[in-house]
Amino acid sequence: MTFTWFHRLGSPPYVYGLAQRLAPWCAGSALLLLLAGLWGGLVLAPPDYQQGDGFRIIYVHAPSAWLSLMVYTTMALAAAVGLIWRIKVAHAAAAACAPIGASFTAAALVTGALWGRPMWGTYWQWDPRLTSELILFFLYLGYMGLRASIEDTQRADRASAVLAVVGVVNVPVIHYSVTWWNSLHQAPSVMRLAKPTMATSMLVPLLIMLLAFTLFFVAMLLVRLQAEILRRERASTWIREALKR
Amino acid sequence: MSTPAISDLSPPLLAPGTTRARSTAAAWLALRRDLKLAFRKPAQLVQPLAFFALVTLIFPLAISPELSQLRQVAPGALWAGALLASLLALEFLFRDDAQDGTLEQYVLSGQSLTALIFAKTCAHWLLTGVPLALVTPAAALALGATLDSVPGVLAAVVLGTVTLSLLGAIGAALTLNLKRSSALLSLLTLPLALPVLIFGARAVQQAIAGGSYLAPLEFLAALAVLSVTLAPLAAAAAVRISLE
Amino acid sequence: MREFLDMGGYAAFVWPAYAVTAAAFLYNWVGARRALREARAAARRRLAAGEGA
Repeated sequence: MTFTWFHRLGSPPYVYGLAQRLAPWCAGSALLLLLAGLWGGLVLAPPDYQQGDGFRIIYVHAPSAWLSLMVYTTMALAAAVGLIWRIKVAHAAAAACAPIGASFTAAALVTGALWGRPMWGTYWQWDPRLTSELILFFLYLGYMGLRASIEDTQRADRASAVLAVVGVVNVPVIHYSVTWWNSLHQAPSVMRLAKPTMATSMLVPLLIMLLAFTLFFVAMLLVRLQAEILRRERASTWIREALKR
Repeated sequence: MSTPAISDLSPPLLAPGTTRARSTAAAWLALRRDLKLAFRKPAQLVQPLAFFALVTLIFPLAISPELSQLRQVAPGALWAGALLASLLALEFLFRDDAQDGTLEQYVLSGQSLTALIFAKTCAHWLLTGVPLALVTPAAALALGATLDSVPGVLAAVVLGTVTLSLLGAIGAALTLNLKRSSALLSLLTLPLALPVLIFGARAVQQAIAGGSYLAPLEFLAALAVLSVTLAPLAAAAAVRISLE
Repeated sequence: MREFLDMGGYAAFVWPAYAVTAAAFLYNWVGARRALREARAAARRRLAAGEGA
């Protein structure tokens, strides 16, 4: 069968071992890329002609915002797989995503506010991206709240999976409606932060940082996934072997 | 020993015929049953309306009795009130049926649970959304809107509450049988309800200002159609999970 | 060096932003490791209890 790899991904012992082996490599390469990206972004990239050195916040803000959405999508996908094919490992992965995504959503919000103060003159602007980000944060909180209030792990898995799928269908609707709402009320003085073109010396560190954040997420996901799998496996003999490692 | 077939549990009044016809008949029965039961407990119906009236009363007291100023905040005030009132009403959606086992019978009945949940949500909307929509124009008038705004306000609240009821059904189904569920229910439902709030407030604002409210109304209709098609599926799945 | 730390006058915004992000990384790192450690300890306890029974 060509699809045996797919079936193996549903097997807790296999995934546990895989996560254990891959996590250090992901964390290590994330660290190296992070250092390279920081050097490139803080030292090598020239100051922006409009925003001076203030633009350097982009190297932490944009990757955090990217993770907030990417992690939510990953979580919903894993939840849907778990719901449809009743795969325990997929539910474990979805559960592992939530705290990581929530923390980077919070980071994106705070860095966005810190960027807004010098650029807009105010910490908070009802900018569509910031507003959607705030709503996304509440979606994460709701997901984790639902999970925390259901005792039985299997029921918590399935109920929160429904919520994640409903949420991911709603994210574009919410974002679109917030953008529409904002276009009616937008004060004209707001500076557009996204510029269509970016100098290469500014862009390359950003891409490196995006990759570094993504790899860091994968590494943390793999570590948390091991914990979630252990919590879900009762009295399995393979755990005895796994705990020795 | 023979175990009873699941179909034996289905209501005996059901018309014979195709599965779809039987599911539709079962949904009608569920709808009528919920309406009948609700009219036996009128207090439950009046509560959200009284709550809504109170919320709209708060605004003149908090801001100013000046109608020109109230007119400015009316869309937000009305929608905040409607949103909170429908949240309040959501707690009744499944609670009694979950407690007395009716919901479990629905799951076991062999009829389409999606259709039954949709029927229950329709009943809920008829009992809370429609009265709310009928009261809102009066509240809008009290907040300084003119009579011309009534059709727009009415249409916006009618369409908006459809989506609110359906989204709320998902939240209510997910928090079924949980302790401290009401705070969680709000946390789950409110972020999803924001598009309704945005377009609804915009439609009301336009209606009060005398402009064309068609565009936001169309968005509200689109949201209603989207939630009519998808939300009952999710709510039925959530009910199944919560009753496992 | 001082010039670098000053960030062209934006130090009060750039560095807190980086600090907050660093905090998010640290939270994830510590949190994930602690979750795994606790899950392993709980699994060990379960196994020990299973053997005792």
